[in-house]
Amino acid sequence: MAEHIPVDKTFKLFIGGTFPRSESGRTFQIHSADGDLLANAAKASRKDLREAVKAARGAQADWAGRTAYNRGQVLYRVAEVMESRRAEFISVLTDMGQTAHSVRAEVDRSIDRWVWYAGWADKLHHVLGTVNPVAGPYFNFTFPEPTGVVVVAAPDDPPLLGLLSRIAPVIISGNTAVVTTGGPSALAAVTLAEVLATSDVPGGVVNVLTGDKAELLPWALGHMDVNSVDLTGEPNGLDDEAVATAADNVKRIVRSDPVGASPYMIGDFLEMKTVWHPIGR
Amino acid sequence: MTPTDNPLESFDIDYAPALESTAVIDIADSYGHFINGVFVEPSSGVTFPTVNPATETHLADIADGSPEDVDRAVTAARTAFEGPWGQMTGSERGRYLFRIARQLQERSREFAVLETMDGGKPIKESRDLDLPLSAAWFFYYAGWTDKLEYAFPNRTVAPHGVVGQIVPWNFPLMMAAWKLAPALAAGNTVVLKPAETTPLTALLLADVLCDVDLPPGVVNIVTGAGGTGAAIVDHPGIDKLAFTGSTEVGKTIQRVASTRRIPLTLELGGKAAHIVFEDSAFDQAVEGVVTGIYSNQGHVCCAGSRLLVEESIAEHFVERVRRRISTLRLGNPLDKNTDVGAINSADQLQRITDMVATGVAEGADLYQPECELPDKGFWFPPTVFTGVQQSHTVAREEIFGPVLTVQTFRTAEEAVEKANNTPYGLSAGIWTEKGSKILWMAEKLRAGVVWANTYNRFDPASPFGGYKESGFGREGGLHGLAPYLREQTSGAGGSA
Repeated sequence: MAEHIPVDKTFKLFIGGTFPRSESGRTFQIHSADGDLLANAAKASRKDLREAVKAARGAQADWAGRTAYNRGQVLYRVAEVMESRRAEFISVLTDMGQTAHSVRAEVDRSIDRWVWYAGWADKLHHVLGTVNPVAGPYFNFTFPEPTGVVVVAAPDDPPLLGLLSRIAPVIISGNTAVVTTGGPSALAAVTLAEVLATSDVPGGVVNVLTGDKAELLPWALGHMDVNSVDLTGEPNGLDDEAVATAADNVKRIVRSDPVGASPYMIGDFLEMKTVWHPIGR
Repeated sequence: MTPTDNPLESFDIDYAPALESTAVIDIADSYGHFINGVFVEPSSGVTFPTVNPATETHLADIADGSPEDVDRAVTAARTAFEGPWGQMTGSERGRYLFRIARQLQERSREFAVLETMDGGKPIKESRDLDLPLSAAWFFYYAGWTDKLEYAFPNRTVAPHGVVGQIVPWNFPLMMAAWKLAPALAAGNTVVLKPAETTPLTALLLADVLCDVDLPPGVVNIVTGAGGTGAAIVDHPGIDKLAFTGSTEVGKTIQRVASTRRIPLTLELGGKAAHIVFEDSAFDQAVEGVVTGIYSNQGHVCCAGSRLLVEESIAEHFVERVRRRISTLRLGNPLDKNTDVGAINSADQLQRITDMVATGVAEGADLYQPECELPDKGFWFPPTVFTGVQQSHTVAREEIFGPVLTVQTFRTAEEAVEKANNTPYGLSAGIWTEKGSKILWMAEKLRAGVVWANTYNRFDPASPFGGYKESGFGREGGLHGLAPYLREQTSGAGGSA
């Protein structure tokens, strides 16, 4: 019997729970550290970004409306599926030229990081919310709510840990995400998309656009139905004029640590709501 | 109760004038900037007048801040930050904030009268709201100065440095207090710009700062209009910006701040829905809706400017609102019986007048009670628009005046949809006696402050601020402290 000839994977976008090619028909090549062609990845266009924002907006109310307990379980389930796909993540990172030791460490930390954030779903309110002792007969409390649709510029390095460290704090509270990624993190991002598609994360909660971040982000910054843009993974590639357009609808711009983990990083994508009610008989 | 049962209609209630004395205040002919602990002449020599909007009388000449003036203020603030203020312990800083709070309490009558003369708001509001809250704000944040390490677990925090703060004319002293108290508590020094139509109470506050021996340069006050504000926003020595004002100006400031990559908090405009269900406490809801829009002449960013009332009670409810506003007393703001004072400025009066004319032109039905307006000064009667469509300008844009629009709804879902159908998201009001409905609504409304069976309540312990285009960051409470601190080290949380 002849030797098995491998079936190569087509790397596509992930929008609304499905895997379309870019509507533009554009692709870009990703090569391994050794120069081998790894993928003709889809190169997302402005229209793809709009479609992804639409999918994210459509999924947001349902995702935010779930119980925190449920969101925590859904994210934990993602970690289970990631664990079962460990070999694939290792293979993707190895292809990009990392040493076997550092690849294994990064995959371990990435899965641990995700589980850590999953547990925050029903605890962040304790740490970030307050009951307020106002000077009058009122019950007064402040609690966090998701800001809405967040466009994330995924860090290039470390490709998997950076990606997960920026997505998890966005979606754990009930935001939905459009992740833009290019270069080394694109393969990890598409692999993650396949994990998400085969776990319990509803379509549209995380959307992945591979391509040129510097091309996609100005459109995201000017998009009037985007609430927040995380520029952590694109610290210097955008001109001031593009970032300034975020003010058109008073977007929350976040610049943070690509590998850090903190409930305050969840807080970067939250709004605080304060409710007053009289106390009386 | 039908309208004819109203006992008030058979009485003729006339209040004798009850004027607050102006003998307690002493306004100088002119004021310079307060920089490095002393009043200094503006570098340009240019001044502008501030007037009493209720009488159009000239109160004082105010220094117009130039970029050079702002630069002097920033330099003084930097020196103070690197000098005495930055070297103090938290509890030492706290002593000064406590002193400021006490001084405001002790001199509250003087401040209240001056606030009313310079801004036109009823003395009962400046006396009972602006001043007590201003003092309370300093008192609350004074207590945080030596407890910052407990505020944000696992985070080592430090002040930003020199903070630029720009405040509006609707609550001049109170907005300054909301900004100054947390900034100073966190250890920053400040360059503050009060609004050009209402600078006097901030300048009187400078007196207090001297009296409590606050080190020179910790708070610097530069007066002027938009150009002065722009000079603060553009100054490279400013480490953090905070602005309260219109959404339009806020967006301009965000553009600059994003380019400079400095932290920013914005408390911007609003178009709050005030939602009344048929199962509400009717009389309380009427009173809440009326004070929600007509207090401070509607010059309130969180004013309940859009009444959404359940269709089944709409006609009766609106009738009662109309009747109630016909009893509001409009006139001399220094009269302790006055409910509706003067519009803050001729410009603002023109904006309100134009907006109401647009409402009429677009087909909404105007109601204004018979209301005699004083001959001098800037006045606008309480106004209600019925027959309002969502597309009408008066239902979409912030008027910042005593103008209420009325729309109806049939279901709670429809109320939520209409309430959220705005780019703003500062506040909202709910009136119903059903607890589960309050909480259901409170979760669904996209607004930073939700008042249920009350309205327009404020407290230094209670975070205040907006969703969406009403801004970001909070003022008040623990959440109001956070924007004035930065993380000193990369504090990776937990074990991840």
